[in-house]
Amino acid sequence: MESAPILKLEHLGVTFPNHPVFDDLNLTIRQGEMWSIIGKNGVGKTTLMRTILHQLHPTHGKISYLPSQGDVTIGYVPQFRNIDADYPLTIKDFVGLNLTGWKLPWLSAKERAKVQKILDQTGLKQLAKRPIGQASGGEKQKAYLAQALVEAPNLLILDESTASLDPVTKTELLDLVTELNQRLKLTVLFVTHDIPMAQKYTQHYLMMTPGKVEQGPITNLTTEKVWEGENV
Amino acid sequence: MFSYEFMRNAFAAGTIIAIICGIMGVFVIARNMSFLTHTLSEIGFSGAAFGVFAGWAPLNGMLLFTVVSSVIVGQLSARSERREAATSAISALFIGLGILFLSLANKNASYATSILFGSVIGISASDVQQMLWLSLLVLIVVFVIYRFLKFDSFDHTGARVKGLWTNALSITFLVLLALSVSVAAQIVGSLLIFILLTLPAATAKYFAHTVGGMMVLAITLALVGVWSGLVLSYVTNFPVSFFIAAIEAIFYFIALGWQRLQTAE
Repeated sequence: MESAPILKLEHLGVTFPNHPVFDDLNLTIRQGEMWSIIGKNGVGKTTLMRTILHQLHPTHGKISYLPSQGDVTIGYVPQFRNIDADYPLTIKDFVGLNLTGWKLPWLSAKERAKVQKILDQTGLKQLAKRPIGQASGGEKQKAYLAQALVEAPNLLILDESTASLDPVTKTELLDLVTELNQRLKLTVLFVTHDIPMAQKYTQHYLMMTPGKVEQGPITNLTTEKVWEGENV
Repeated sequence: MFSYEFMRNAFAAGTIIAIICGIMGVFVIARNMSFLTHTLSEIGFSGAAFGVFAGWAPLNGMLLFTVVSSVIVGQLSARSERREAATSAISALFIGLGILFLSLANKNASYATSILFGSVIGISASDVQQMLWLSLLVLIVVFVIYRFLKFDSFDHTGARVKGLWTNALSITFLVLLALSVSVAAQIVGSLLIFILLTLPAATAKYFAHTVGGMMVLAITLALVGVWSGLVLSYVTNFPVSFFIAAIEAIFYFIALGWQRLQTAE
C-alpha cells in the first residue's frame, strides 16, 4: 500500500528576472520515500529546494505540505559550511545550535535529551565532546546531519552534502541516512550528481534539464538517459 | 588607593567594561568583526569630538555616532566581500570629521588625547551609572536573543538555512556593539577600545571548549587586564591604556604560543 503524500508540487514555476528557472513542475512525494534530484549545475536544483524550504516564493503554481501526523518539518543539510577550526564548539554544542526560539540561553533537560538521542542515532555519541573544527570530513557531515535532524523533521534534504566526501565515507553516511529513513519513516530528497549512489540508495528520481523535468522510479534511470544531452 | 573617589569610580567602570567586552568579544571573534570594531571605535572618536563641539557629554556624542553608523555599516556591508572596503571608507571619513569637530570646538591636543586614549581621572559617579544602565541594556538584549545570535555567529549557513532573520540579527548585533564601544571607550579610549573587545575573546578561543567557557574566560582575562592596569597606572602614573593593552597582548601571544605547541605535538 502506498504511504500518505507529504509534499505536493502542482504546476510549480520559479522565474528570476528574464530567466525562467523551471516551469510547470508537478511532483508528489510520499512519506518514507527517498528521491534523487539530479541535473547539471545551474539547472535549478537548489532553487527548487529553497522554494520547498519557503526561502523563495514560486512565481506560479503551489506547494502543499500534507502532514499525515502533525506539521511537515524540514531538515536541510547544505553543500557548504564555514566552521572555523579554532571555534570552541563541540559536536554536541553544534547539534544543539538548531534548537532555537525565545528561550533561555542554555538548553533545558528535555532539549539536552533531544541532542543526546540524535547523537546516539547518528553514531556520534563517542565524539560528542570533540571540537567540530577538528573533526574529520565524514564526522563533520554526520554532525551537520544530526543538527538538521535534532528537531525530528519528517522531510530531510541533502543538498549535494556528500559531494566532498571520499567513497567510503559517502557510503557510510548514506547507509546511515537509509537506516534513519527505514527506522523513522524519514522522507529524503537527495540532491546529487552521483548517479551510482542515487541508483543504490533511492527509489525515485527527478531529473531537471533546461526546459524539461522528468521523473520516475530509479530503475528507469538508465546511463543512456543520463548522458543523453549531458544531464549531470 | 580606594580612598580616592576617582579610583573607586574607575574600578567600578572598569569592571562593567570588562564584563560587557568579554561577552560581546566572543561574538566579535566568531563573526570575524575585529576590523569593524576598530572602525566603530574611530567613529566613536568622531562622535565624542562632535559631542564636545555641540556642548554635550562626549559619551552621548559617541552613542549617537556609533549607533547610527553601525546601522549604515550593516546595510553597506551586508555582503562580506564588500565589508572591508566599505569599512575603510567610513573609517577614513569619520577620523577626518573627528579632527574637524575638535578644531571647531577649539579644544587643545590634550583633550583629543584623552578621548583617543582614555582617562581614569575623568570618570564621575554619574558616568558610572550611565555606563551601568547601557551595559544592562546590552546584556538583557543579548540574553533574550542569545540562541539566535550564537547560531548565526558560529554557524551562519545553518542559521540562514533555518530561516532565521540573519540580516536583522546582524544589525541588532552592530547596534549592541556600538553601545559597548561607547561604554568601553570611557576608560581605554576610543583608539584602543578594540583591545578589550577582541583580545580577551581571541585569547579565550584557544583554551575554552564551549562557547559559555569562552565567555567566562574572556570576562576573566578582561577583568585581570583592567584591574591590573588600573593598579599599575595608579602606582607608576603611566597611562592605564598602555598597561591594559600590554597585558591583553601578552595573554594573546601566550595563547598563540600554546596553540603552536599543541599543534606541534
